[in-house]
Amino acid sequence: MDAANYLYLSALLFSIGAIGVVLRRNAIVVFMCIELMLNAANLSFVTFSRINGDLNGQVVAFFTMVVAACEVVVGLAIIVTIYRSRRSASVDDASLLRR
Amino acid sequence: MMMMTSTSIVYLIALPLAGAVILLLAGRRSDKWGHLLATALCASSFFVALYQLSLMFKRPSQERAVSQKLFEWISVGTFKIDAGLLLDQLSICFVLLITGVGSLIHIYSISYMAHDPDRRRFFAFLNLFIAAMLLLVLGDSYLNLYVGWEGVGLASYLLIGFWNEKPAYATASKKAFVMNRIGDMGLSFAIMIAFATMGTVSFIGVQAAVEQTSTLALTGIGIMLLVAAIGKSAQFPLQAWLGDAMAGPTPVSALIHAATMVTAGVYLITRSNFIFDAAPSAQLLVVIVGAITLMFGALIGTAKDDIKKALAASTMSQIGYMILCAGLGPVGYAFAIMHLLTHGFFKAGMFLGAGSVMHGMDDEVNMRKYGALRKVMPITFVTFGLGYLAILGIPPFAGFYSKDMIIETAFNAGGIKGIILGSVTLLGAGITAFYMTRVMILTFTGTPRWDEKAQPHESPWLMWLPMAILALGSLTSGYLLSSNDSLVKWLSPLFESHEEHHELLPPILVSALALVMVAIGVAVAFLKYSRREIDAVAPKNVSIFTRIAREDLMQDRLNEALFMRPGQELTKTLVKTDAVIIDGAVRGIGRLTIATALSLRGVQNGFVRSYAAFILIGALAMIVAIWVVVQ
Repeated sequence: MDAANYLYLSALLFSIGAIGVVLRRNAIVVFMCIELMLNAANLSFVTFSRINGDLNGQVVAFFTMVVAACEVVVGLAIIVTIYRSRRSASVDDASLLRR
Repeated sequence: MMMMTSTSIVYLIALPLAGAVILLLAGRRSDKWGHLLATALCASSFFVALYQLSLMFKRPSQERAVSQKLFEWISVGTFKIDAGLLLDQLSICFVLLITGVGSLIHIYSISYMAHDPDRRRFFAFLNLFIAAMLLLVLGDSYLNLYVGWEGVGLASYLLIGFWNEKPAYATASKKAFVMNRIGDMGLSFAIMIAFATMGTVSFIGVQAAVEQTSTLALTGIGIMLLVAAIGKSAQFPLQAWLGDAMAGPTPVSALIHAATMVTAGVYLITRSNFIFDAAPSAQLLVVIVGAITLMFGALIGTAKDDIKKALAASTMSQIGYMILCAGLGPVGYAFAIMHLLTHGFFKAGMFLGAGSVMHGMDDEVNMRKYGALRKVMPITFVTFGLGYLAILGIPPFAGFYSKDMIIETAFNAGGIKGIILGSVTLLGAGITAFYMTRVMILTFTGTPRWDEKAQPHESPWLMWLPMAILALGSLTSGYLLSSNDSLVKWLSPLFESHEEHHELLPPILVSALALVMVAIGVAVAFLKYSRREIDAVAPKNVSIFTRIAREDLMQDRLNEALFMRPGQELTKTLVKTDAVIIDGAVRGIGRLTIATALSLRGVQNGFVRSYAAFILIGALAMIVAIWVVVQ
């Protein structure tokens, strides 16, 4: 199978994630969309690794996973805290940094 | 030429300077003894000067000059200037005059200013002036001289405005300061030109470099030095400040605006003789300025009712004589200095006399309100009268020797120039006789025209003693300085003397002519003022000439029309330009920044999703840009 197909899939997944981040209000969903974008990027890395026949892309994918795991921990903690204080998980409600 | 060095010249300056510092720093605590300390320090400076003079007498005439290096002042690359002092035959004359007359005036002021709550401050300023003036005449380079030059300007400003609670007096001090600045600018330009063309500013260095310097540069330096002299010595066209400077206490007028500071211009020209001798056109300009001022001051003097302003006009005129004589080259320098010294005596004496009259007349300066003071103030009358005879040039008083020498030198300048200058100086002598006789008649003779408040009385001995000593000087100084040509010989090592003596008129004839002119002047004054009653109020319906003379020959109006109003307009325009264009540009940039920021602030709306959208758009834009570039 042509390796380019993986890249198309990756681009599709990334676009879905990006559109989700911009359009959805629920913080959990936004978060999931970010994960989707990260994994789309991972898929690209792995694909390129395959195309080039070395392991660099694979290694970067692992790094990304570690970072993503950390980000999930911190991000979820923030979302839970905001939800506790404001009784809402909508990102539009948390717009206090405006001024 | 190796010059002897000395370590004691600095005390001349240090003593009065210490007085000024102590009195200013100690403040009110020194009110009780401040005036005594100041007087003692000034007098001790005089004794140091006498000691230096005695040392000079012991040396042969070529080795009389001594110098002292104080410290290395400026040292930048090849530009090296030491703060150094030079005491030679010329400066010792000035030092003795400054400290001697200065000490007498200090003594006089103890009594004159006794009722002034700020007497200590007055003495502090007097000491400051003495120190600055001594630095002026003792500096061994133009730059050192410049420090003293500015110092006396400052002291003059402070003392003219001593009673600055009166706005008119404060204005007078500002006027003097501003007009002096023009002259100071000239001196600084002269220093700059000298440094640019000769690479040195010390008197010895400049003198040595004159031969290798172009006449153009020398003329430039000479003219700039003349501008400096014009400003400081109240010469035409910068003379208008001197009349107003009479706002200061009378001892100040006597010391600064008659005997010493205003003669600094004569010192500068005499000191720079090597420059003027090599720059004939600058020298000619000096003569012209002197001749004009001589007549200018004399004419103003004829119309002034304020006794101090009449004397100030006379000072202006007499300094005109000195400047004229100094402009006549090597034959004239010594006579200019001689007239300067004798003038220092008789004019300071007359100013102190005027102060004594004012002291008794409740500070009235209008001579029309005097009259018949001869009987109530006999000592003042006699001392003033001796000064009067001296300024007229009646033999054997001081002015006879010094002024006749100037008239004679002017006639002997040769050709048409000599005839013009000689006539001007002769005519000036006549007018001088007229206005000084007028002062005498109005003040001391006739019938009393006193105010009710005035209770004329003779001044205390602390005041008349200095007057008496100065009167003695007016009586004897001319004879002492000119017998055996003593001053001329004393000063001769300084000036290149090439003995070209074309005598137009024999000395005896010149003296006779001068005396005839003086007699005519005195006679006219007697006819005009002595035969009928003087009006206590100046008459209004007088001829146009009198009115012009009363207004200082329109000099103030001229200055106002030529400089003040255009200056004000220029300032207004500049202020407007500053407000509109420069401030406008600065404020405009500020407003633009604020407006841009306000409109951009809408982007920062706090919504995470809009930030995310911006990031997305940015990323897409970047991809497109890269794609475009790569394609």
